[in-house]
Amino acid sequence: MADSINTSKQYLPDGLGPDDLLDMYRTMVLSRTLDERVWLLNRQGKAAIAASAQGHEAAQIATVRALDPSQDHFLIYYRQFTVMLGLGTTPVELLSGFLAKEGEPMSAARQFPLHGAHPRVDLFSFSNVVATQLPHAVGVALADKMRNSTAVTTVFFGDGAASQGDTHEAMNFAGVHRLPVIFLCENNRYAISVPLHKQMPVDSVASRASAYGFPGVSIDGTDMLGVYEAVSAAAARARAGDGPTLVEVNVERLLPHTTDDDHTRYRPEDDIAGMKLRDPLEITRDMLVSRGLLTLEQDAALRSAALKTVNEATDTVDAMPYPTVDTMYDHLFAEGGAR
Amino acid sequence: MAEILFREAIKRGLAEALDNDPNVFIMGEDIGEYGGAYAVTDGFLKQYGPKRVIDTPISEAAFLGAGIGAAAGGLRPIVEFMSISFSLVAFDQIVNMAANLRYMSGGQISVPMLMRAPTGAGVQLGATHSQSFETWLADVPGMRCVCPSTPYDALGLIRTALKENNPVMFAEPALLYAMRGEVPDEYYEVPFGSANIQRAGDDVTLVSYGAGMRVLAAAADELAAKGVSAEVIDLRSLNPVDYDTLLTSIEKTNRALLLDTSRRKGGAMAEIASDLHERAMEWLDGPVVRIGAEDVPWPYNRGLEQEVYPQSSDVLAGLQKHYGI
Ligand SMILES: Cc1ncc(C[n+]2csc(CCOP(=O)(O)OP(=O)(O)O)c2C)c(N)n1
Ligand SMILES: [Mg+2]
Repeated sequence: MADSINTSKQYLPDGLGPDDLLDMYRTMVLSRTLDERVWLLNRQGKAAIAASAQGHEAAQIATVRALDPSQDHFLIYYRQFTVMLGLGTTPVELLSGFLAKEGEPMSAARQFPLHGAHPRVDLFSFSNVVATQLPHAVGVALADKMRNSTAVTTVFFGDGAASQGDTHEAMNFAGVHRLPVIFLCENNRYAISVPLHKQMPVDSVASRASAYGFPGVSIDGTDMLGVYEAVSAAAARARAGDGPTLVEVNVERLLPHTTDDDHTRYRPEDDIAGMKLRDPLEITRDMLVSRGLLTLEQDAALRSAALKTVNEATDTVDAMPYPTVDTMYDHLFAEGGAR
Repeated sequence: MAEILFREAIKRGLAEALDNDPNVFIMGEDIGEYGGAYAVTDGFLKQYGPKRVIDTPISEAAFLGAGIGAAAGGLRPIVEFMSISFSLVAFDQIVNMAANLRYMSGGQISVPMLMRAPTGAGVQLGATHSQSFETWLADVPGMRCVCPSTPYDALGLIRTALKENNPVMFAEPALLYAMRGEVPDEYYEVPFGSANIQRAGDDVTLVSYGAGMRVLAAAADELAAKGVSAEVIDLRSLNPVDYDTLLTSIEKTNRALLLDTSRRKGGAMAEIASDLHERAMEWLDGPVVRIGAEDVPWPYNRGLEQEVYPQSSDVLAGLQKHYGI
């Protein structure tokens, strides 16, 4: 864990004001509410499958806020509700992906939720063969470097994905070419049922960074401000031409791997009890309350506003049509020829 | 005779091998505590211990490659992929290495390794999780490739696979894990290269394997209602293929249709159709008809996916078009 986090009560990292903190928290609450809704929709037989961001929210929103969505690139993986909301996609857009509705913005209902690309957000995501997104990110950053852009590419992946050959190869490539990439590992200590110690003989994914010639930091992913600072530093490094950083955020996976899983089958009771103490929503709420930025009444109001938004989005998406079968071959090939 | 589930049949075959041969071990993702993505190895970790039931990191190339090394070193590894789609990560090890080693070493090294993988579409898992690469691997010399469609065949084939001294891809149709079927109490095996006539008939030969047998069963019922008697054949084994059974049937029916639940384009069925044209031309009243999935990546949306997936109505339409029945 990083030991440089300033814990003084009113401390704020550069670039963040009190309103930003509240806004970040609001996004986390919306993310949680939407996430809960998607699981409900799965249980109702409407959403085929879902993975959850519950437990990862603080790290995700802090990462987005430390970057510059107007120029930076984001390659997410399947657990990134809060990143998506932080980047400005709407609950209706996200829900329409889970329900595979026509006009769903990321894949036209062709692919898993949270996979595809997004028209307003400079983002693409193909992670359900795990770790494939890391080499993509390296290529996006390579293109930026060739064009002398100052953009930074952040690629998100799990601790499990860190075992894939693609991860090693991507990091090595990025290290050799000093590419402006942030490798953002959301370490929730599980790859489905496989605990960290069966995935790697070290405690931290970040410790591998030195082998690729760039820094790695391992931080508490429930600490919104700490993550913000770490990612800000990594972004500054990348923009200065100093190359990649591996940022590992240690988080909890509060729900089972996906809607198909039941983690009480493999997580020990004390592990489940411990994880509940590290709910980033509660930790962030307490931080805001202790700073006098939020009252519990305001918190309740904020939560009911999120619920209202999600209820309305659910109704809207419920009423949307599915794609018709005559569109089956749409999107298979790009139009036009050689440029 | 007892009725068991398809997944239990596979499990029984694996357990027999683990019980009888200390050189057998199994590795893959989430096969231990979790019992496998489709619960095939449920309870194995407790029963056989972590030395023989190994949860791997997510690193298909590494654990498949390690399987090759262990097999070359005298063990009998069973390697489980969570999906045959993820076998692509290890295709170099499977195709370039496992299948070629025997030949490339002048017969010195053999690779008695069983690869198991859920296969197929139809469960809304999208393009990267729904493929059927047994249909590619059937092409590869130096390895075997089988795919059961009933609990009986699953147990019989896996017993054979676990005695085989070459690499075997044992593809398990994800749609069939919960299927029930009769399995005798007495020991039996299903040899490789033996197709199974699931239903005898005189008018047309319908051929498929794995999940395709469900589509053919429905089609045969619909044909029977029209007064057409279909002979329904399960290949069971894609390499080797039992041409004798196919040719004998076609000689009788003079009509043939091959169905694949993966893409119609290419694959094992294209090869078989081409062979049948060469070998059965004199008996055929028309072309060997081929039915398969549409030529697109598997869509996630359920309506689109079902449209891409071949249906019994496609079988009837194909026969109507080419044979007028
Ligand atoms: C190549 C490949 N192998 C296996 C899988 C099945 N699978 C999907 S997610 C997952 C676990 C990923 O764990 P991690 O990277 O830690 O991410 P988390 O879900 O915990 O956030 C596995 C094994 C896959 N999608 N791709
Ligand atoms: Mg994980």
